[in-house]
Amino acid sequence: MDAPASNAVAWNREALPAGPEQDAVVRAITGEIAGRGFVVANVDRVVNWARTGSLWPMTFGLACCAVEMIHAYMPRFDLDRFGVIPRASPRQSDVMIVAGTLTNKMAPALRKVYDQMPEPRWVISMGSCANGGGYYHYSYSVVRGCDRVVPVDVYVPGCPPTAEALVYGIMQLQKKIRRTGSILRG
Amino acid sequence: MADPSVPAPPGPPALVSALATALPGSPSVRMEHGEAVIDASPEGLPALMLTLRDDPRLRFEQVMDICGVDWPARPQRFDVVYNLLSVSLNHRVRVVVPVADGAPVPSVSDIWPCAVWWEREAWDLFGIVFDGNPDMRRILTDYGFDGHPLRKDFPLTGYVEVRYDEDRKQVVYEPVKLTQDFRTFDFLSPWEALTTLPGDEKVHAARLADAGAPAAKPAELKG
Repeated sequence: MDAPASNAVAWNREALPAGPEQDAVVRAITGEIAGRGFVVANVDRVVNWARTGSLWPMTFGLACCAVEMIHAYMPRFDLDRFGVIPRASPRQSDVMIVAGTLTNKMAPALRKVYDQMPEPRWVISMGSCANGGGYYHYSYSVVRGCDRVVPVDVYVPGCPPTAEALVYGIMQLQKKIRRTGSILRG
Repeated sequence: MADPSVPAPPGPPALVSALATALPGSPSVRMEHGEAVIDASPEGLPALMLTLRDDPRLRFEQVMDICGVDWPARPQRFDVVYNLLSVSLNHRVRVVVPVADGAPVPSVSDIWPCAVWWEREAWDLFGIVFDGNPDMRRILTDYGFDGHPLRKDFPLTGYVEVRYDEDRKQVVYEPVKLTQDFRTFDFLSPWEALTTLPGDEKVHAARLADAGAPAAKPAELKG
């Protein structure tokens, strides 16, 4: 089939036109798979399964909420079973958990770390302070909600939220990724 | 319980007599809540502090804290408070230095090097200038912060707030805009949050009239 350029799948820029050349490729791949078994699935579902199953968080522990976040990583709640493994580098992370009070002085650093994360990326705002300033809403030095600086996907309420609440927030994010996830971006 | 083989630390009275004899210029030493307090002046401060550290009867090796107190009504607006600890002799003393706004206080950073950060903090939050501090920068507040937040006349919400500007691709500062002003609640009053119930209008009016006056006498409350 000779699809016009506008309909071409964005991630396959070197699609072969129908013909003997394409047939050869298809035959080679089917020959490779034949006899070994294969999986039939929607590509979307596979990608979402991979994304929800390995949400590596950039841990932005800013205050006491970080302690509850640590509880969530520890064996009692064990976020590892969700594939959630904290990363020390934004380059390796998929999701940023803003856990604690975001101050004016920290805001540019938070944004810089967010900008360094590769797409697709998500943000969980954890606790009252990150959600809207919380206890420090009227302070001269605190950002009134980290959504003033980065776009937030999931808000976890509480002061601090329990570890269960954070785990629930991560499950909500997984649900959101499953519902809206797409491999075609831009 | 205390180990009887360890000699009891010299109680504050012994410390006060040691202070009174050892210190230069006979500053006023007093007891406050069982703790020794020395009232000093900025001029005599370096000699006083050096004696406090080096005299064998005192030996205050550590400065635990240097902080400020703001008294807006006083001509000497600030108090600089030094909390000293002697680890070897197990006693503490507080040195209070009143100082006017803008007047420098001699730095004690050459006596206790850790005082550099304490003095930076007092400068940052109160605007107290320390003369001789080698690194007189702000320490806690934001880069380019305006004002000294622990002064009584500093507004609670400050002057600026930040947000990310999508067009300029950076975090920008803007004047504070609050959607709801700060409110103070009297949480000790069980009635404040309640609306006036039908039939209670007179009580409510009396309560409003009393709001500015000192607390009613218990007898009146019972009646």
